[in-house]
Amino acid sequence: MALLEMNHISKSFSDLEVIKDISLKVDEGEVLSIIGPSGSGKSTMLRCATMLETIDKGEIRYLGERVAWVEPDGTKVYPKGAQLRKVCSYFGLVFQNFNLFPHYSVLKNITDPMVHNQKRDRREAEKEARELLGRMGLADKADAYPCQLSGGQSQRVAIARALALNPKILFFDEPTSALDPELTGEVLKVIRSLADLHIAMVIVTHEMNFARGISDHVIFMDKGVVEVEGTPDEVFEAEHLRMQAFLGKLQH
Amino acid sequence: MSFQVMIEQLAGGLTKSISIFLLTLLFSLPLGLLVSFGRMSKNRIIRSAVWIFISILRGTPLMLQLLAVYFGPFYLFNLKIGGSWRFTAIIIAFSVNYSAYFAEIYRSGIESMPPGQYEAAKLLGYSRASTFMRIIFPQVVKRILPSVTNEVITLVKDTSLAFSLAYAEMFTIAKQIAAKETSFMPFIAAAVFYYIFNAVVAFGMERIEKSLDYYT
Ligand SMILES: Nc1ncnc2c1ncn2[C@@H]1O[C@H](COP(=O)(O)OP(=O)(O)OP(=O)(O)O)[C@@H](O)[C@H]1O
Ligand SMILES: [Mg+2]
Repeated sequence: MALLEMNHISKSFSDLEVIKDISLKVDEGEVLSIIGPSGSGKSTMLRCATMLETIDKGEIRYLGERVAWVEPDGTKVYPKGAQLRKVCSYFGLVFQNFNLFPHYSVLKNITDPMVHNQKRDRREAEKEARELLGRMGLADKADAYPCQLSGGQSQRVAIARALALNPKILFFDEPTSALDPELTGEVLKVIRSLADLHIAMVIVTHEMNFARGISDHVIFMDKGVVEVEGTPDEVFEAEHLRMQAFLGKLQH
Repeated sequence: MSFQVMIEQLAGGLTKSISIFLLTLLFSLPLGLLVSFGRMSKNRIIRSAVWIFISILRGTPLMLQLLAVYFGPFYLFNLKIGGSWRFTAIIIAFSVNYSAYFAEIYRSGIESMPPGQYEAAKLLGYSRASTFMRIIFPQVVKRILPSVTNEVITLVKDTSLAFSLAYAEMFTIAKQIAAKETSFMPFIAAAVFYYIFNAVVAFGMERIEKSLDYYT
């Protein structure tokens, strides 16, 4: 059974069709990378998967269960309230710009959702959060505030915060593109370590070598359509004109 | 009248000014938040009604609003007014008037919050109510504090408008003594009292702002 299935998804913003009948599937422990030029709809796809945008056509399934879909007559069926929170507990999302809560310390950023939303014991949550921070190389930052962190540290806190809720699948939307090149490495290293733990991930990235190394499956999107997909080797070696042009551009 | 008696009478008025000040804040700060929700409501009718409400309260003199609230029951329903109604009317008029100003401040603060904060909260499992109470509102408070300080300081001085209902707050008393004694002295003393009152309030607000300096 697939963890995540998105079937025949379409999405428009007013007249602009951004996603055109895309389907994808992520299995347990699988890493899927989505690559493609700017404006091709990669973020929109992630935002649809994480219920931040509503789809105009198709269906979204988590763990085989249909959680959001569009009826033939165009009615959108979306979870609400407690049901929505249950669906959101299946996944975590790491944003390009972190979105840490600035008024909470690093530790509280991680523990507050655990304690307040998952009703876990505070002390246990703090212990687990400190362990996670240790794994991220941030053991000494527990009491810092987000404004005192570098971009790379912020992003690792954001990853820890998502992981602490034990999601089945983690989404990353260009987790390193807001970072200076020298800070990119530390975040990619953390993401690689998650792959080694067989956490399912969907990663939108412009780091091609990273995508090639880490992924089980790669999708190349352009103008709202999946142009090439397959294993990393299949995709990166494919003789697809627009994709090779895209890869070439990135190398210069 | 000796200087000391004058000061004592003014001080008595000052405690009344302070009660107007404190009660107005007590009611108008929460009411303003409620009004700001109405102002941002998805329902167009509520939104427009609240917009009209705010624009009237901000667009007409507070002194007129005081008179309207105080005499309204008499002119509209032929009710007898007087006694404790005077003070109640003052608190109602001040609270409602200031809620309109605070509502616009809250709204600007809430609308200035980046959508990413709501999105992150949603995906971390916060309900809509906890997202507002735990994530959004504390940050809004920090953002709007300078504007709130401005209003609060204006309120200190605005309490003197209660003289229009002949309520015995400090300014009313100063005016009475000045008329009786044909002296300007009571006004000067009252000015000093207002100044000190304001300085204390400004100091308090600064302390609150400082206490939120631990993050940006
Ligand atoms: N909320 C929105 N309203 C209107 N148009 C939008 C909205 N979000 C995205 N778009 C448009 O949809 C298209 C796809 O955007 P999207 O952000 O998904 O691209 P992307 O592949 O993530 O690009 P990038 O690599 O630059 O992040 C773009 O043309 C964008 O302008
Ligand atoms: Mg994007």
